[in-house]
Amino acid sequence: MRWQQARIAGIVPRSKTVSSFFFDLPEPFDFLAGQHVVVRLTAPDGYRAQRSYSIASAPGARSRIELAIERLDDGEVSPFFHDVAEVGDEIEIGGPIGGHFVWTVADGGPVLLIAGGAGVVPLLSMLRHRAGEGATTPMALLFSARTKADVLFREELSGLAARDDGFELQLTLTREASPPPGAFSRRIDPDMILEVTRRLPGPPRRAYICGSNAFCERAADGALAAGIDAGDIRTERYGA
Amino acid sequence: MATRGFLGRRNSDDTTKDRLPPGQFLEQGFPVLSAGPTPRVKTEEWSFKLKAGPRLLMQWNWAEFNALPQTRMTRDIHCVTTWSKFDTAWEGVLIDDVLAEAGIEAPTGFTLAHSADGYTTNVPTVDLVGGRAMVALRYEGKAIPPDHGGPARLLVPHLYFWKSAKWITGLQFTEKDELGFWELRGYHRCGDPWREQRYTDD
Ligand SMILES: Cc1cc2nc3c(=O)[nH]c(=O)nc-3n(C[C@H](O)[C@H](O)[C@H](O)COP(=O)(O)OP(=O)(O)OC[C@H]3O[C@@H](n4cnc5c(N)ncnc54)[C@H](O)[C@@H]3O)c2cc1C
Repeated sequence: MRWQQARIAGIVPRSKTVSSFFFDLPEPFDFLAGQHVVVRLTAPDGYRAQRSYSIASAPGARSRIELAIERLDDGEVSPFFHDVAEVGDEIEIGGPIGGHFVWTVADGGPVLLIAGGAGVVPLLSMLRHRAGEGATTPMALLFSARTKADVLFREELSGLAARDDGFELQLTLTREASPPPGAFSRRIDPDMILEVTRRLPGPPRRAYICGSNAFCERAADGALAAGIDAGDIRTERYGA
Repeated sequence: MATRGFLGRRNSDDTTKDRLPPGQFLEQGFPVLSAGPTPRVKTEEWSFKLKAGPRLLMQWNWAEFNALPQTRMTRDIHCVTTWSKFDTAWEGVLIDDVLAEAGIEAPTGFTLAHSADGYTTNVPTVDLVGGRAMVALRYEGKAIPPDHGGPARLLVPHLYFWKSAKWITGLQFTEKDELGFWELRGYHRCGDPWREQRYTDD
């Protein structure tokens, strides 16, 4: 894998716990929507920690990529980004990597996307790719977040849905007292997945599910129960 | 080059240092990683096939496979996503015993493991024999839960854990080193955690 020293070019808060980090790549690379990079930190004593982060940018953004990193209070790498990292810092990045959890316009659809929290990141890359290419592939995103304020990229996603070009957005908020109209307010379940799937013009050719492991397990089982073939369901599990 | 402001290992603990390969941290839980939904493989439908290229050498059903000699193995395991877990206890059939039962010695230096969901992973045959690997049938004394690869998974504890194929249904000896699912997608063909062989050219 190719490693390079990338420079933090910008930091943009996306919610209370998630910020986007923009990296300038001295050696630009091509990638596919859904792929990730590996970030490697080195301590003065030589100890190294590395973690994977999905690329939020659309393919085509070759020399500046966006990663959206959630702060886990007791984590090792994500708090470093939130508490220490600054614009101008050099960070080692390897990749791109991963070729399973990817979508290109040529793959077609309909496509069902299911995200839990920060798991929306690689799906956003797919949606940005679709919009950037002017594709009208039918896609539906079922996005589960705790509260409205935790819906990452909410304005951008609503904007994409408002284009009325075959992309449907469905939110479900698990800890919001008064969810906005149209949003579900419960954890993902098979009925919800079935309902969102039915808004697609035909059975999904593929489903992409991303989030914590427990979330993926639940959503993948729900997708199976909603009649989607196991071979058409791809998951990206962020751990814990 | 050190990363500005990164001080490194939290909760650094010297007692674990010699057991943690570079870049790994000690995990108390047991994270799950896989590329799709968890297959529910029924033992009544499960079979284990031993092949050389396209040729079937031998096949066992669940009962037959469970009747093979059983061995216990307690080992540290290391996931490429950087967690390690110490002293995991497994029970199953050593690959040595699978080969002995088939009455053969490994015919080639390369092996491809196959899973019920279509997953494959290549493992050098030397890493499977000599008491180093097994088809595990139990974890911590119980049936292996589906999300951890039950009813049967390959266990090659000295390589990164993606080599320990979940939902294993067979081993195939190949003439050449044929890359498996993750190996085709940027992961190392061998995967030795002590040499930090994570990605293709590491
Ligand atoms: C393919 C892929 C893509 C990903 N993409 C993204 C992304 O786009 N955005 C994102 O935010 N995340 C993403 N992740 C998750 C990310 O890689 C990290 O796992 C996450 O940021 C946590 O890292 P950390 O170093 O902060 O926490 P870690 O140090 O890894 O800890 C994770 C948790 O494990 C526990 N833990 C671990 N070690 C210890 C210890 N020594 N002592 C106590 N507790 C411990 C803690 O409870 C902690 O909350 C992705 C993961 C994968 C596999």
